[in-house]
Amino acid sequence: MKFKETLLKYVFLLCALVSVGTTIGIIGVLLFETIDFFQEVSLLEFLTDKEWTPLFTNKHFGIAPLVCGTLLTSLIALAVALPMGLLVAVYLSEYAPAGIRRVLKPAFEVLDGIPTVIYGYFALLFVTPLLQKISPDLQGFNALSPGLVLGVMILPLVSSMSEDALYSVPTSLKAAGYALGATKLQVCFSVVVPAAFPGIIAAFILAMSRAIGETMLVAIAAGQMPNLTFNPMESVETMTAYIVQISLGDTPHGTIEYKTIFAVGTVLFLITLVLNTISYKIRSRFIRL
Amino acid sequence: MPTMIDRYGWIITKPRRKSKLKFVEILFAIGVAISLVVGLGTLLALLIDVLRDGLPRLDWQFLTSFPSRKPASAGILAALGGSIGLIVITIVVAVPIGIGAAIFLEEYSRKNWISDLIEINIANLAGTPSIIYGLLGLGLFVRLFHLSRSLLAGALTLALLILPVIIIAARESIRRVPQTIREASFALGATKWQTIRDHVLPMAFPGTLTGIILAVSRALGETAPLITMGALTYVAFLPDSLMSPFTALPIQVFNWISRPQKGFHENAAAGIIVLLVVTFLLNAFALYLRDRLQKNNGAKSM
Repeated sequence: MKFKETLLKYVFLLCALVSVGTTIGIIGVLLFETIDFFQEVSLLEFLTDKEWTPLFTNKHFGIAPLVCGTLLTSLIALAVALPMGLLVAVYLSEYAPAGIRRVLKPAFEVLDGIPTVIYGYFALLFVTPLLQKISPDLQGFNALSPGLVLGVMILPLVSSMSEDALYSVPTSLKAAGYALGATKLQVCFSVVVPAAFPGIIAAFILAMSRAIGETMLVAIAAGQMPNLTFNPMESVETMTAYIVQISLGDTPHGTIEYKTIFAVGTVLFLITLVLNTISYKIRSRFIRL
Repeated sequence: MPTMIDRYGWIITKPRRKSKLKFVEILFAIGVAISLVVGLGTLLALLIDVLRDGLPRLDWQFLTSFPSRKPASAGILAALGGSIGLIVITIVVAVPIGIGAAIFLEEYSRKNWISDLIEINIANLAGTPSIIYGLLGLGLFVRLFHLSRSLLAGALTLALLILPVIIIAARESIRRVPQTIREASFALGATKWQTIRDHVLPMAFPGTLTGIILAVSRALGETAPLITMGALTYVAFLPDSLMSPFTALPIQVFNWISRPQKGFHENAAAGIIVLLVVTFLLNAFALYLRDRLQKNNGAKSM
Protein backbone atom coordinates (compact mmCIF):
# COMPACT_ATOMS: atom_id res chain seq x y z
CA MET A 1 0.00 0.00 0.00
CA LYS A 2 2.67 2.44 1.08
CA PHE A 3 4.79 1.33 -1.86
CA LYS A 4 2.00 1.88 -4.35
CA GLU A 5 1.36 5.39 -3.02
CA THR A 6 5.02 6.34 -3.33
CA LEU A 7 5.32 4.75 -6.75
CA LEU A 8 2.33 6.71 -8.04
CA LYS A 9 3.79 9.95 -6.76
CA TYR A 10 6.90 9.35 -8.83
CA VAL A 11 4.86 8.35 -11.88
CA PHE A 12 3.06 11.70 -11.67
CA LEU A 13 6.36 13.50 -11.17
CA LEU A 14 7.61 11.79 -14.32
CA CYS A 15 4.57 13.10 -16.22
CA ALA A 16 5.30 16.62 -15.03
CA LEU A 17 8.91 16.25 -16.07
CA VAL A 18 7.87 15.39 -19.64
CA SER A 19 7.10 19.08 -20.09
CA VAL A 20 10.55 20.03 -18.83
CA GLY A 21 11.97 17.34 -21.11
CA THR A 22 10.15 18.93 -24.05
CA THR A 23 11.90 22.22 -23.43
CA ILE A 24 15.25 20.52 -23.03
CA GLY A 25 14.54 18.57 -26.23
CA ILE A 26 13.71 21.74 -28.17
CA ILE A 27 16.81 23.55 -26.96
CA GLY A 28 18.98 20.46 -27.51
CA VAL A 29 17.80 19.80 -31.07
CA LEU A 30 18.02 23.47 -32.06
CA LEU A 31 21.44 23.96 -30.48
CA PHE A 32 22.89 20.76 -31.95
CA GLU A 33 22.09 21.63 -35.56
CA THR A 34 22.68 25.36 -35.14
CA ILE A 35 26.21 24.88 -33.81
CA ASP A 36 26.82 22.69 -36.86
CA PHE A 37 25.46 25.46 -39.05
CA PHE A 38 27.80 28.04 -37.57
CA GLN A 39 30.80 25.83 -38.32
CA GLU A 40 30.16 26.62 -41.97
CA VAL A 41 28.66 30.10 -41.79
CA SER A 42 30.06 32.87 -39.63
CA LEU A 43 27.76 34.50 -37.09
CA LEU A 44 28.79 37.86 -38.51
CA GLU A 45 27.55 36.93 -41.99
CA PHE A 46 24.32 35.54 -40.50
CA LEU A 47 23.59 38.79 -38.69
CA THR A 48 24.87 41.39 -41.17
CA ASP A 49 24.49 40.00 -44.71
CA LYS A 50 21.53 41.57 -46.47
CA GLU A 51 20.67 38.55 -48.62
CA TRP A 52 19.23 35.12 -47.85
CA THR A 53 19.83 32.72 -50.75
CA PRO A 54 20.77 29.27 -49.37
CA LEU A 55 19.11 27.54 -52.35
CA PHE A 56 21.09 29.42 -55.02
CA THR A 57 24.56 28.53 -56.25
CA ASN A 58 25.77 31.87 -54.91
CA LYS A 59 24.78 31.26 -51.29
CA HIS A 60 24.17 34.12 -48.86
CA PHE A 61 23.14 33.52 -45.27
CA GLY A 62 21.94 36.88 -43.95
CA ILE A 63 18.83 36.40 -41.81
CA ALA A 64 17.81 40.07 -42.11
CA PRO A 65 15.33 39.60 -45.00
CA LEU A 66 13.49 36.82 -43.13
CA VAL A 67 13.37 38.80 -39.88
CA CYS A 68 12.19 41.80 -41.87
CA GLY A 69 9.38 39.78 -43.49
CA THR A 70 8.30 38.46 -40.10
CA LEU A 71 8.35 41.93 -38.56
CA LEU A 72 6.40 43.43 -41.44
CA THR A 73 3.51 40.95 -41.33
CA SER A 74 3.47 40.99 -37.51
CA LEU A 75 3.43 44.79 -37.28
CA ILE A 76 0.52 45.01 -39.72
CA ALA A 77 -1.30 42.38 -37.65
CA LEU A 78 -0.62 44.21 -34.38
CA ALA A 79 -1.78 47.52 -35.89
CA VAL A 80 -5.14 45.80 -36.45
CA ALA A 81 -5.37 43.60 -33.37
CA LEU A 82 -4.16 45.85 -30.54
CA PRO A 83 -6.53 48.84 -30.86
CA MET A 84 -9.48 46.72 -31.93
CA GLY A 85 -8.84 44.07 -29.31
CA LEU A 86 -8.66 46.67 -26.55
CA LEU A 87 -11.85 48.41 -27.72
CA VAL A 88 -13.70 45.09 -27.86
CA ALA A 89 -12.38 44.19 -24.40
CA VAL A 90 -13.53 47.51 -22.88
CA TYR A 91 -16.91 47.14 -24.58
CA LEU A 92 -17.38 43.54 -23.44
CA SER A 93 -16.26 44.09 -19.85
CA GLU A 94 -17.86 47.49 -19.15
CA TYR A 95 -20.70 48.10 -21.59
CA ALA A 96 -22.13 45.00 -23.27
CA PRO A 97 -25.41 43.65 -21.88
CA ALA A 98 -25.33 40.00 -20.81
CA GLY A 99 -27.29 38.87 -23.87
CA ILE A 100 -24.83 40.40 -26.34
CA ARG A 101 -21.89 39.02 -24.36
CA ARG A 102 -23.35 35.54 -24.61
CA VAL A 103 -23.38 35.83 -28.41
CA LEU A 104 -20.14 37.74 -28.96
CA LYS A 105 -17.81 35.72 -26.75
CA PRO A 106 -18.42 32.35 -28.44
CA ALA A 107 -18.24 34.04 -31.86
CA PHE A 108 -14.77 35.34 -31.04
CA GLU A 109 -13.81 31.94 -29.69
CA VAL A 110 -14.81 30.43 -33.02
CA LEU A 111 -12.53 32.96 -34.71
CA ASP A 112 -9.74 31.75 -32.43
CA GLY A 113 -10.40 28.06 -33.10
CA ILE A 114 -10.25 28.11 -36.91
CA PRO A 115 -7.18 26.25 -38.21
CA THR A 116 -4.66 28.71 -39.61
CA VAL A 117 -4.39 26.98 -42.98
CA ILE A 118 -7.98 28.13 -43.57
CA TYR A 119 -7.02 31.74 -42.87
CA GLY A 120 -4.29 31.24 -45.48
CA TYR A 121 -6.86 30.19 -48.07
CA PHE A 122 -8.99 33.20 -47.17
CA ALA A 123 -6.08 35.67 -47.36
CA LEU A 124 -4.74 34.36 -50.67
CA LEU A 125 -7.97 33.77 -52.56
CA PHE A 126 -10.37 36.32 -51.03
CA VAL A 127 -8.59 39.23 -49.32
CA THR A 128 -5.74 39.65 -51.82
CA PRO A 129 -8.04 39.79 -54.90
CA LEU A 130 -10.29 42.19 -52.99
CA LEU A 131 -7.36 44.48 -52.15
CA GLN A 132 -6.12 44.26 -55.73
CA LYS A 133 -9.40 45.80 -56.87
CA ILE A 134 -8.64 48.80 -54.67
CA SER A 135 -4.95 48.96 -55.46
CA PRO A 136 -4.04 47.18 -58.73
CA ASP A 137 -0.26 47.23 -58.17
CA LEU A 138 -0.55 44.89 -55.18
CA GLN A 139 1.39 41.71 -55.91
CA GLY A 140 -0.34 38.30 -55.83
CA PHE A 141 1.77 37.40 -52.83
CA ASN A 142 2.18 40.34 -50.45
CA ALA A 143 2.66 41.20 -46.79
CA LEU A 144 -0.48 43.32 -46.46
CA SER A 145 -3.22 40.75 -46.94
CA PRO A 146 -1.85 38.02 -44.60
CA GLY A 147 -0.90 40.78 -42.14
CA LEU A 148 -4.48 42.05 -41.97
CA VAL A 149 -5.96 38.56 -41.70
CA LEU A 150 -3.38 37.67 -39.04
CA GLY A 151 -4.56 40.75 -37.14
CA VAL A 152 -8.15 39.50 -37.11
CA MET A 153 -6.88 36.04 -36.17
CA ILE A 154 -5.10 37.26 -33.02
CA LEU A 155 -7.85 39.74 -32.13
CA PRO A 156 -9.65 37.21 -29.86
CA LEU A 157 -6.41 36.57 -27.95
CA VAL A 158 -5.92 40.31 -27.32
CA SER A 159 -9.56 40.95 -26.42
CA SER A 160 -10.04 37.98 -24.09
CA MET A 161 -6.75 38.50 -22.20
CA SER A 162 -7.35 42.26 -21.94
CA GLU A 163 -10.89 41.60 -20.77
CA ASP A 164 -9.58 39.37 -17.98
CA ALA A 165 -7.23 42.17 -16.94
CA LEU A 166 -10.05 44.74 -16.99
CA TYR A 167 -12.27 42.44 -14.93
CA SER A 168 -9.68 42.16 -12.19
CA VAL A 169 -9.78 45.92 -11.51
CA PRO A 170 -11.50 46.37 -8.13
CA THR A 171 -14.98 47.90 -8.18
CA SER A 172 -13.92 50.35 -5.45
CA LEU A 173 -11.61 52.10 -7.94
CA LYS A 174 -14.45 52.51 -10.43
CA ALA A 175 -16.78 53.71 -7.67
CA ALA A 176 -14.21 56.30 -6.65
CA GLY A 177 -14.06 57.51 -10.24
CA TYR A 178 -17.84 57.85 -10.44
CA ALA A 179 -17.91 59.61 -7.07
CA LEU A 180 -15.60 62.26 -8.51
CA GLY A 181 -18.19 62.90 -11.19
CA ALA A 182 -16.50 61.10 -14.05
CA THR A 183 -18.59 59.73 -16.89
CA LYS A 184 -18.59 56.04 -17.73
CA LEU A 185 -16.14 56.49 -20.60
CA GLN A 186 -13.82 58.56 -18.41
CA VAL A 187 -13.87 55.88 -15.74
CA CYS A 188 -13.07 53.28 -18.41
CA PHE A 189 -10.13 55.01 -19.95
CA SER A 190 -8.75 57.03 -17.01
CA VAL A 191 -9.28 54.50 -14.22
CA VAL A 192 -9.96 50.95 -15.41
CA VAL A 193 -7.59 50.77 -18.39
CA PRO A 194 -4.63 52.34 -16.53
CA ALA A 195 -5.24 50.05 -13.54
CA ALA A 196 -5.34 47.03 -15.83
CA PHE A 197 -2.40 48.28 -17.89
CA PRO A 198 0.15 45.60 -16.93
CA GLY A 199 -2.33 42.86 -17.87
CA ILE A 200 -3.11 44.59 -21.16
CA ILE A 201 0.60 44.95 -21.97
CA ALA A 202 1.07 41.25 -21.18
CA ALA A 203 -1.72 40.49 -23.66
CA PHE A 204 -0.11 42.71 -26.31
CA ILE A 205 3.26 41.00 -25.89
CA LEU A 206 1.75 37.53 -26.12
CA ALA A 207 -0.16 38.58 -29.25
CA MET A 208 3.12 39.75 -30.76
CA SER A 209 4.75 36.42 -29.98
CA ARG A 210 1.81 34.62 -31.56
CA ALA A 211 1.99 36.78 -34.70
CA ILE A 212 5.73 36.18 -35.07
CA GLY A 213 5.30 32.42 -34.73
CA GLU A 214 2.31 32.09 -37.07
CA THR A 215 3.20 29.89 -40.01
CA MET A 216 0.63 28.60 -42.46
CA LEU A 217 -1.17 31.88 -43.07
CA VAL A 218 2.01 33.72 -44.07
CA ALA A 219 3.51 30.70 -45.86
CA ILE A 220 0.44 30.58 -48.10
CA ALA A 221 -0.30 34.25 -48.70
CA ALA A 222 2.92 36.23 -48.16
CA GLY A 223 5.09 34.33 -50.61
CA GLN A 224 8.48 32.67 -50.55
CA MET A 225 10.77 35.45 -51.65
CA PRO A 226 13.21 36.71 -49.00
CA ASN A 227 12.92 40.44 -49.42
CA LEU A 228 14.52 43.15 -47.31
CA THR A 229 11.69 45.63 -47.58
CA PHE A 230 9.08 47.38 -45.49
CA ASN A 231 6.76 47.80 -48.45
CA PRO A 232 3.57 45.86 -47.60
CA MET A 233 2.59 45.64 -51.29
CA GLU A 234 5.50 43.32 -52.08
CA SER A 235 6.02 39.61 -51.56
CA VAL A 236 8.06 38.74 -48.47
CA GLU A 237 9.16 35.52 -46.77
CA THR A 238 8.89 35.12 -43.02
CA MET A 239 11.16 32.93 -40.89
CA THR A 240 8.34 30.41 -40.43
CA ALA A 241 7.48 30.35 -44.15
CA TYR A 242 11.12 29.61 -44.96
CA ILE A 243 11.13 26.58 -42.65
CA VAL A 244 7.98 25.31 -44.38
CA GLN A 245 9.47 25.92 -47.83
CA ILE A 246 12.58 23.85 -47.06
CA SER A 247 10.58 21.13 -45.29
CA LEU A 248 8.41 20.64 -48.37
CA GLY A 249 11.41 20.08 -50.61
CA ASP A 250 13.60 17.00 -50.54
CA THR A 251 16.47 18.45 -48.57
CA PRO A 252 18.88 15.69 -47.59
CA HIS A 253 19.84 15.42 -43.93
CA GLY A 254 23.22 16.94 -43.14
CA THR A 255 23.34 19.48 -45.94
CA ILE A 256 23.75 23.18 -45.22
CA GLU A 257 20.17 23.84 -46.48
CA TYR A 258 18.89 21.34 -43.92
CA LYS A 259 20.80 23.06 -41.12
CA THR A 260 19.50 26.50 -42.04
CA ILE A 261 15.98 25.66 -40.85
CA PHE A 262 17.33 24.92 -37.38
CA ALA A 263 19.35 28.14 -37.33
CA VAL A 264 16.25 30.10 -38.37
CA GLY A 265 14.21 28.09 -35.84
CA THR A 266 16.65 29.04 -33.09
CA VAL A 267 16.22 32.74 -33.85
CA LEU A 268 12.44 32.31 -33.88
CA PHE A 269 12.48 30.33 -30.63
CA LEU A 270 14.68 32.90 -28.87
CA ILE A 271 12.46 35.81 -29.92
CA THR A 272 9.24 34.12 -28.78
CA LEU A 273 10.91 32.82 -25.60
CA VAL A 274 11.90 36.36 -24.57
CA LEU A 275 8.42 37.73 -25.37
CA ASN A 276 6.60 34.86 -23.59
CA THR A 277 8.80 35.19 -20.52
CA ILE A 278 8.22 38.94 -20.25
CA SER A 279 4.48 38.43 -20.66
CA TYR A 280 4.47 35.66 -18.04
CA LYS A 281 6.48 37.74 -15.55
CA ILE A 282 4.16 40.72 -15.94
CA ARG A 283 1.09 38.54 -15.52
CA SER A 284 2.34 36.68 -12.45
CA ARG A 285 3.39 39.91 -10.72
CA PHE A 286 0.13 41.58 -11.68
CA ILE A 287 -2.00 38.74 -10.36
CA ARG A 288 -0.10 38.57 -7.08
CA LEU A 289 -0.69 42.28 -6.37
CA MET B 1 -16.14 66.33 -16.24
CA PRO B 2 -13.52 69.11 -16.02
CA THR B 3 -14.43 71.64 -13.37
CA MET B 4 -12.77 74.75 -12.00
CA ILE B 5 -13.36 77.24 -9.20
CA ASP B 6 -14.00 80.84 -10.22
CA ARG B 7 -12.91 83.86 -8.19
CA TYR B 8 -16.13 83.91 -6.16
CA GLY B 9 -15.62 80.34 -5.02
CA TRP B 10 -18.29 78.79 -7.28
CA ILE B 11 -17.52 75.49 -8.90
CA ILE B 12 -18.16 75.82 -12.61
CA THR B 13 -18.06 73.45 -15.51
CA LYS B 14 -16.96 74.64 -18.90
CA PRO B 15 -19.71 73.85 -21.43
CA ARG B 16 -17.26 73.78 -24.35
CA ARG B 17 -15.45 70.78 -22.86
CA LYS B 18 -18.76 69.03 -22.38
CA SER B 19 -19.46 68.91 -26.11
CA LYS B 20 -15.96 67.58 -26.69
CA LEU B 21 -16.74 64.77 -24.28
CA LYS B 22 -19.78 63.84 -26.31
CA PHE B 23 -17.56 63.74 -29.38
CA VAL B 24 -15.13 61.33 -27.68
CA GLU B 25 -18.02 59.11 -26.70
CA ILE B 26 -19.25 58.95 -30.28
CA LEU B 27 -15.71 58.18 -31.41
CA PHE B 28 -15.51 55.31 -28.92
CA ALA B 29 -18.83 53.91 -30.11
CA ILE B 30 -17.67 54.07 -33.74
CA GLY B 31 -14.38 52.37 -32.81
CA VAL B 32 -16.17 49.53 -31.04
CA ALA B 33 -18.60 49.14 -33.94
CA ILE B 34 -15.77 48.97 -36.49
CA SER B 35 -13.88 46.41 -34.40
CA LEU B 36 -16.91 44.17 -34.01
CA VAL B 37 -17.81 44.46 -37.70
CA VAL B 38 -14.23 43.64 -38.73
CA GLY B 39 -14.03 40.63 -36.41
CA LEU B 40 -17.46 39.16 -37.09
CA GLY B 41 -17.47 40.31 -40.73
CA THR B 42 -14.24 38.44 -41.38
CA LEU B 43 -15.69 35.31 -39.82
CA LEU B 44 -18.82 35.63 -41.96
CA ALA B 45 -16.91 36.43 -45.17
CA LEU B 46 -14.58 33.49 -44.57
CA LEU B 47 -17.45 31.06 -44.07
CA ILE B 48 -19.41 32.32 -47.09
CA ASP B 49 -16.31 32.31 -49.31
CA VAL B 50 -15.37 28.75 -48.36
CA LEU B 51 -18.93 27.44 -48.67
CA ARG B 52 -19.43 29.08 -52.08
CA ASP B 53 -16.17 27.68 -53.44
CA GLY B 54 -16.28 24.25 -51.87
CA LEU B 55 -19.88 23.15 -51.43
CA PRO B 56 -20.45 22.19 -55.09
CA ARG B 57 -17.36 19.96 -54.92
CA LEU B 58 -18.29 18.20 -51.68
CA ASP B 59 -19.79 14.78 -52.39
CA TRP B 60 -19.39 11.13 -51.51
CA GLN B 61 -16.75 10.64 -54.23
CA PHE B 62 -14.66 13.45 -52.67
CA LEU B 63 -14.76 11.83 -49.24
CA THR B 64 -13.88 8.34 -50.50
CA SER B 65 -11.19 8.99 -53.13
CA PHE B 66 -7.43 9.14 -52.90
CA PRO B 67 -5.63 12.24 -54.21
CA SER B 68 -5.18 12.48 -57.93
CA ARG B 69 -3.49 14.62 -60.55
CA LYS B 70 -6.93 15.42 -61.92
CA PRO B 71 -8.77 17.74 -59.49
CA ALA B 72 -12.21 16.34 -60.35
CA SER B 73 -11.33 12.78 -59.32
CA ALA B 74 -9.25 13.69 -56.25
CA GLY B 75 -10.47 13.12 -52.70
CA ILE B 76 -9.52 13.26 -49.06
CA LEU B 77 -9.67 9.61 -48.02
CA ALA B 78 -5.96 9.28 -47.26
CA ALA B 79 -5.96 12.61 -45.43
CA LEU B 80 -9.01 11.69 -43.34
CA GLY B 81 -7.49 8.34 -42.42
CA GLY B 82 -4.22 10.02 -41.50
CA SER B 83 -5.93 12.68 -39.37
CA ILE B 84 -8.03 10.13 -37.49
CA GLY B 85 -4.97 7.95 -36.84
CA LEU B 86 -2.95 10.94 -35.67
CA ILE B 87 -5.66 12.17 -33.32
CA VAL B 88 -6.25 8.77 -31.72
CA ILE B 89 -2.54 8.22 -30.98
CA THR B 90 -2.11 11.83 -29.85
CA ILE B 91 -4.96 11.46 -27.34
CA VAL B 92 -3.65 8.12 -26.06
CA VAL B 93 -0.22 9.66 -25.43
CA ALA B 94 -1.03 13.21 -24.33
CA VAL B 95 -4.09 12.77 -22.09
CA PRO B 96 -2.65 10.41 -19.43
CA ILE B 97 0.64 12.34 -19.25
CA GLY B 98 -1.18 15.67 -19.11
CA ILE B 99 -3.53 14.59 -16.32
CA GLY B 100 -0.67 12.92 -14.45
CA ALA B 101 1.38 16.09 -14.61
CA ALA B 102 -1.59 18.15 -13.43
CA ILE B 103 -2.15 15.76 -10.49
CA PHE B 104 1.48 16.08 -9.48
CA LEU B 105 1.51 19.86 -9.70
CA GLU B 106 -1.76 20.34 -7.81
CA GLU B 107 -1.78 17.49 -5.29
CA TYR B 108 1.82 16.50 -4.60
CA SER B 109 4.30 19.26 -5.35
CA ARG B 110 5.30 21.75 -2.73
CA LYS B 111 6.11 25.32 -3.62
CA ASN B 112 9.82 25.23 -4.38
CA TRP B 113 12.21 25.91 -7.22
CA ILE B 114 11.24 22.73 -9.07
CA SER B 115 7.55 23.62 -9.11
CA ASP B 116 8.41 27.20 -10.14
CA LEU B 117 10.58 25.87 -12.94
CA ILE B 118 7.86 23.52 -14.19
CA GLU B 119 5.34 26.36 -13.97
CA ILE B 120 7.36 28.85 -16.08
CA ASN B 121 8.25 26.03 -18.40
CA ILE B 122 4.62 25.12 -19.11
CA ALA B 123 3.68 28.76 -19.69
CA ASN B 124 6.54 29.09 -22.15
CA LEU B 125 5.73 25.86 -23.97
CA ALA B 126 2.12 26.97 -24.38
CA GLY B 127 3.40 30.07 -26.19
CA THR B 128 6.08 28.40 -28.30
CA PRO B 129 5.22 28.51 -32.03
CA SER B 130 3.93 25.18 -33.29
CA ILE B 131 6.53 25.05 -36.04
CA ILE B 132 9.25 24.78 -33.37
CA TYR B 133 7.59 21.53 -32.23
CA GLY B 134 7.95 20.39 -35.84
CA LEU B 135 11.71 20.95 -35.65
CA LEU B 136 11.73 19.06 -32.34
CA GLY B 137 9.84 16.18 -33.94
CA LEU B 138 12.24 16.16 -36.88
CA GLY B 139 15.37 16.16 -34.73
CA LEU B 140 14.11 13.92 -31.93
CA PHE B 141 11.56 11.43 -33.26
CA VAL B 142 12.43 11.25 -36.96
CA ARG B 143 16.25 11.35 -36.66
CA LEU B 144 17.31 10.36 -33.14
CA PHE B 145 14.64 7.70 -32.44
CA HIS B 146 14.66 6.51 -36.09
CA LEU B 147 10.88 6.62 -36.33
CA SER B 148 11.24 8.09 -39.85
CA ARG B 149 8.34 10.17 -41.14
CA SER B 150 5.74 7.86 -39.64
CA LEU B 151 2.29 8.28 -38.15
CA LEU B 152 3.81 7.63 -34.72
CA ALA B 153 6.42 10.38 -35.11
CA GLY B 154 3.71 12.82 -36.21
CA ALA B 155 1.39 11.90 -33.35
CA LEU B 156 4.17 12.19 -30.74
CA THR B 157 5.00 15.65 -32.10
CA LEU B 158 1.35 16.71 -31.80
CA ALA B 159 1.13 15.15 -28.32
CA LEU B 160 4.00 17.30 -27.05
CA LEU B 161 2.35 20.30 -28.72
CA ILE B 162 -1.00 19.95 -26.93
CA LEU B 163 0.42 18.70 -23.63
CA PRO B 164 0.72 22.21 -22.07
CA VAL B 165 -2.91 22.98 -23.00
CA ILE B 166 -4.14 19.77 -21.35
CA ILE B 167 -2.00 20.30 -18.24
CA ILE B 168 -3.29 23.86 -17.79
CA ALA B 169 -6.94 22.80 -18.22
CA ALA B 170 -6.63 19.78 -15.91
CA ARG B 171 -4.87 21.86 -13.23
CA GLU B 172 -7.59 24.48 -13.25
CA SER B 173 -10.30 21.85 -12.87
CA ILE B 174 -8.43 20.04 -10.08
CA ARG B 175 -7.87 23.35 -8.27
CA ARG B 176 -11.61 24.03 -8.33
CA VAL B 177 -12.36 20.89 -6.33
CA PRO B 178 -13.05 22.17 -2.78
CA GLN B 179 -10.43 21.33 -0.16
CA THR B 180 -13.19 20.05 2.15
CA ILE B 181 -13.78 17.09 -0.20
CA ARG B 182 -10.18 15.98 0.24
CA GLU B 183 -10.30 16.48 4.01
CA ALA B 184 -13.52 14.49 4.29
CA SER B 185 -11.96 11.66 2.34
CA PHE B 186 -8.80 11.66 4.45
CA ALA B 187 -10.92 11.71 7.61
CA LEU B 188 -12.59 8.48 6.45
CA GLY B 189 -9.16 6.89 6.23
CA ALA B 190 -8.63 7.05 2.47
CA THR B 191 -5.10 7.32 1.22
CA LYS B 192 -3.94 10.15 -0.99
CA TRP B 193 -4.27 8.14 -4.19
CA GLN B 194 -7.72 6.84 -3.20
CA THR B 195 -8.81 10.42 -2.54
CA ILE B 196 -7.54 11.58 -5.91
CA ARG B 197 -8.95 8.60 -7.80
CA ASP B 198 -12.38 8.47 -6.17
CA HIS B 199 -13.11 12.12 -5.42
CA VAL B 200 -10.82 14.71 -6.98
CA LEU B 201 -10.60 13.31 -10.51
CA PRO B 202 -14.35 12.58 -10.93
CA MET B 203 -15.20 16.11 -9.82
CA ALA B 204 -12.54 17.62 -12.06
CA PHE B 205 -13.59 15.48 -15.03
CA PRO B 206 -15.96 17.80 -16.97
CA GLY B 207 -13.56 20.76 -16.90
CA THR B 208 -10.65 18.57 -17.90
CA LEU B 209 -12.66 17.03 -20.72
CA THR B 210 -13.49 20.51 -22.07
CA GLY B 211 -9.78 21.34 -22.16
CA ILE B 212 -8.94 18.04 -23.83
CA ILE B 213 -11.54 18.55 -26.57
CA LEU B 214 -10.27 22.06 -27.30
CA ALA B 215 -6.70 20.74 -27.42
CA VAL B 216 -7.71 17.93 -29.78
CA SER B 217 -9.51 20.35 -32.05
CA ARG B 218 -6.32 22.39 -32.15
CA ALA B 219 -4.20 19.33 -32.96
CA LEU B 220 -6.58 18.43 -35.76
CA GLY B 221 -6.00 21.76 -37.50
CA GLU B 222 -2.23 21.89 -37.04
CA THR B 223 -0.30 21.88 -40.28
CA ALA B 224 3.09 23.49 -39.77
CA PRO B 225 4.62 21.03 -37.26
CA LEU B 226 3.60 18.03 -39.40
CA ILE B 227 5.04 19.52 -42.59
CA THR B 228 8.22 20.43 -40.73
CA MET B 229 8.71 16.96 -39.26
CA GLY B 230 8.35 15.69 -42.80
CA ALA B 231 4.80 14.43 -43.31
CA LEU B 232 4.12 13.68 -46.95
CA THR B 233 1.84 15.83 -49.07
CA TYR B 234 0.89 13.17 -51.61
CA VAL B 235 -0.28 9.88 -50.12
CA ALA B 236 -2.52 7.48 -52.04
CA PHE B 237 -3.13 4.87 -49.34
CA LEU B 238 -4.53 4.63 -45.83
CA PRO B 239 -2.05 4.35 -42.95
CA ASP B 240 -2.05 0.72 -41.79
CA SER B 241 0.45 0.78 -38.92
CA LEU B 242 2.18 3.10 -36.48
CA MET B 243 5.18 3.24 -38.78
CA SER B 244 3.20 3.96 -41.92
CA PRO B 245 3.81 7.19 -43.87
CA PHE B 246 0.84 9.53 -43.68
CA THR B 247 -0.72 12.81 -44.62
CA ALA B 248 -3.38 14.81 -42.77
CA LEU B 249 -6.41 16.85 -43.73
CA PRO B 250 -4.89 20.33 -43.25
CA ILE B 251 -1.75 19.25 -45.15
CA GLN B 252 -3.88 18.03 -48.04
CA VAL B 253 -5.75 21.36 -48.01
CA PHE B 254 -2.46 23.27 -48.00
CA ASN B 255 -1.18 21.17 -50.88
CA TRP B 256 -4.24 21.98 -52.97
CA ILE B 257 -4.11 25.69 -52.12
CA SER B 258 -0.52 25.93 -53.32
CA ARG B 259 -1.36 24.57 -56.78
CA PRO B 260 -2.20 27.09 -59.49
CA GLN B 261 -5.24 25.30 -61.04
CA LYS B 262 -8.65 26.53 -60.01
CA GLY B 263 -9.97 22.97 -59.73
CA PHE B 264 -7.57 22.25 -56.90
CA HIS B 265 -8.64 25.44 -55.11
CA GLU B 266 -12.21 24.11 -55.15
CA ASN B 267 -10.91 20.86 -53.68
CA ALA B 268 -9.13 22.88 -51.00
CA ALA B 269 -12.36 24.71 -50.16
CA ALA B 270 -14.27 21.42 -49.94
CA GLY B 271 -11.54 19.99 -47.67
CA ILE B 272 -11.76 23.14 -45.53
CA ILE B 273 -15.51 22.62 -45.10
CA VAL B 274 -14.88 19.11 -43.76
CA LEU B 275 -12.14 20.44 -41.45
CA LEU B 276 -14.38 23.29 -40.25
CA VAL B 277 -17.36 21.02 -39.59
CA VAL B 278 -15.26 18.71 -37.41
CA THR B 279 -13.59 21.65 -35.61
CA PHE B 280 -16.93 23.38 -34.98
CA LEU B 281 -18.55 20.20 -33.70
CA LEU B 282 -15.70 19.64 -31.26
CA ASN B 283 -15.75 23.28 -30.12
CA ALA B 284 -19.52 23.31 -29.75
CA PHE B 285 -19.35 20.16 -27.63
CA ALA B 286 -16.64 21.73 -25.44
CA LEU B 287 -18.66 24.94 -25.02
CA TYR B 288 -21.77 22.92 -24.15
CA LEU B 289 -19.84 20.98 -21.50
CA ARG B 290 -18.44 24.20 -20.04
CA ASP B 291 -21.87 25.83 -19.94
CA ARG B 292 -23.35 22.83 -18.16
CA LEU B 293 -20.43 22.80 -15.79
CA GLN B 294 -20.93 26.46 -14.90
CA LYS B 295 -24.63 25.88 -14.28
CA ASN B 296 -23.91 22.88 -12.05
CA ASN B 297 -21.34 24.81 -10.07
CA GLY B 298 -23.78 27.66 -9.65
CA ALA B 299 -26.41 25.27 -8.31
CA LYS B 300 -23.95 23.73 -5.87
CA SER B 301 -22.74 27.00 -4.43
CA MET B 302 -26.29 28.11 -3.64
